[in-house]
Amino acid sequence: MATNNVPSKPRRAWRAAAALLALTAVAAATVAWLAGLGPHTQDGSDTAAAQPPGAATGETAGTTADKTASDAATRGAYLALAGNCAACHTARGGAPWAGGLAIATPFGTVYSSNLTPDAQTGLGRWTADDFWRALHHGRSRDGRFLLPAFPYPQYTRVTRSDADALWAHLRSLPAVGQANRPHELRFPYDSQAAMAVWRALFFRPQVQQADPAHSAAWNRGAYLVEGLGHCATCHASRNLLGATQDAAALGGGPIPMQGWYAPSLASPAEAGVADWDTAAVVALLQTGRTPQGAVLGPMAEVVTRSTQHLHPDDLRAMADYLKSLPQQTRKPAAAEAPPAAVMARGLAVYKDRCADCHGAQGEGASPAYPALAGNRAVTLTVPTNLIRVVLGGGFAPDTAGQPRPYGMPPFGHELNDEDVAAVLTHIRHSWGNQAGAVAPQAVQGLR
Amino acid sequence: MTAKMTGMYRPFLDATRTALTALTAALLGCALPLMVAAAPASQPVPDTLAQRLKPCASCHGAEGRASPSGYQPRIAGKPAGYLYNQLINFRAGRRSNAAMTLLTDNLSEAYLREIASYYGGLDLPYPAPLKADASAAVLERGRQLVHQGDAARGVPACVGCHGAAMTGVQPALPGLLGLPRDYLIGQIGAWQTGLRRAPAPDCMRQIALRLGGEDTVALAAWLSAQVVPTDSHPAPRIATPLPLDCGSGLR
Repeated sequence: MATNNVPSKPRRAWRAAAALLALTAVAAATVAWLAGLGPHTQDGSDTAAAQPPGAATGETAGTTADKTASDAATRGAYLALAGNCAACHTARGGAPWAGGLAIATPFGTVYSSNLTPDAQTGLGRWTADDFWRALHHGRSRDGRFLLPAFPYPQYTRVTRSDADALWAHLRSLPAVGQANRPHELRFPYDSQAAMAVWRALFFRPQVQQADPAHSAAWNRGAYLVEGLGHCATCHASRNLLGATQDAAALGGGPIPMQGWYAPSLASPAEAGVADWDTAAVVALLQTGRTPQGAVLGPMAEVVTRSTQHLHPDDLRAMADYLKSLPQQTRKPAAAEAPPAAVMARGLAVYKDRCADCHGAQGEGASPAYPALAGNRAVTLTVPTNLIRVVLGGGFAPDTAGQPRPYGMPPFGHELNDEDVAAVLTHIRHSWGNQAGAVAPQAVQGLR
Repeated sequence: MTAKMTGMYRPFLDATRTALTALTAALLGCALPLMVAAAPASQPVPDTLAQRLKPCASCHGAEGRASPSGYQPRIAGKPAGYLYNQLINFRAGRRSNAAMTLLTDNLSEAYLREIASYYGGLDLPYPAPLKADASAAVLERGRQLVHQGDAARGVPACVGCHGAAMTGVQPALPGLLGLPRDYLIGQIGAWQTGLRRAPAPDCMRQIALRLGGEDTVALAAWLSAQVVPTDSHPAPRIATPLPLDCGSGLR
């Protein structure tokens, strides 16, 4: 009988306990082994590619230690803008750099940490080596594994010299006493064992290698895009464990928990720039706008807080690199024509709400109102961003290069799901646009 | 070297250029009528703040003069300093409204100040108030709180800060007339629960916490039923020292 094969209760319990013990032992051994790897040597030698413009003068001009330190801090402040570090390490309305911003992840909420030099709650007791270990190896001062919400899989490429400059900048900030808020992660993601496994699977410390086949500017661009700029954290898809996949390809993907889609930077159908003039890419990163349109959603924040402040040489370098990304050739299949009734409803809403600014034929009114005809942001296969813009509206970024922007009104409180879906279906399938219909359920899901 | 090569290929280049020019002319000849047809004689986009601020009109009404019937506050004619402080408060999370936070997030302080000055400078008539939906006793309690306050509970009279005519005081104390009743209740409630805050010392939070639910309703009922005086402008300056220390009212 089947019951003969089932061990008696005590025996089952013993086996379970033994299995648990063995598992724990294996996990502990793995953690210990992984913890032993890494940062015993300082392996952050610089490469030629990693020199920012003017770095050489910045590093050699100092005649005293103080001068050198202040030069490094100045350079670090610039690098911090390139990394947009303060955006996460400052809570809304909170003291700059004192952390506390809640970052929603599929595994729970992570709170950014206090990077000011406060001894009790910030980095006051850290050394340059500790900071290097965090940036390059993703480990805290006490050796604990940091959560990859801190994008060390990208920051690991930052050179030791740049890390030291960033450190000098952080040391120069006013100390703010604000205790770090503990993360609220679900089991097992809150455990060091889980982090050890995650790192074994998805993380290797590395140094950006210059590619001699390309120019110094291209290499500088690669360093900024793949390293400090951490573009892949949004513009690459993530697997079920939250690790970016094929980061270098920048093939686009949904931004976890934010309800935005980061378009592919390597696709002519999405946000690829291979066939753009370098100047247009620079203008987009510097002002948030091109004659064709404006950045929106999370990228508007990136332009406002980070890229508009970067040196034009660096923006050109990033453009060089982005233009050279291997292109995804798959084209979105032309969608079938939406039902006539939906198109008619969409047209009625369009005439009523949109045509005043975007034109009867979706031609727009540059530079205030982007054209919708032939606009890649409109025809993206994933309609998430389009829905978000219609529901929430928004202004183009307010940058030094393009101040006092025009804006798009929010329509979430005026149009129901069916109307939003119909008008978006209409603009996605008119004036030569051939993208798929938008379902009312998709609109509902983003409210 | 390059010049030499160009010289060698000049006949070919010239021929190519001629062909391309002809082709371009032919294409333009075809395309131009289409382009003209596709682009109706559209007016250039007005280079004005009113045009730039269309997103605001969606809730606050054209020219920021939302009516007293809904929930959205009128912003036209409020002291510019008050409006600017609120824009900053939304961006800093001290006021809680997802649409306002989203819209102000990527705007510079200079632009926010310009926006505040634009709405603050609009001098537009107020509509008649809605008929009060409250008993005479409730309205009387509201009137008392506005003009005398409630000394026993440490509530100063509203007129002590918001102006003798309740039309506000420059540069940053808002008038409380011409606003929807529900908006007024919502704001005092938000101060009580901490959803609305101002830089410390947050005088309005202290006052809101001393007001009960019934007082809140009475205040809102009386304020929203008042006819806005013909001179609806904020007073130029505060007449007497503020009854409470305020973090933002005078800045």
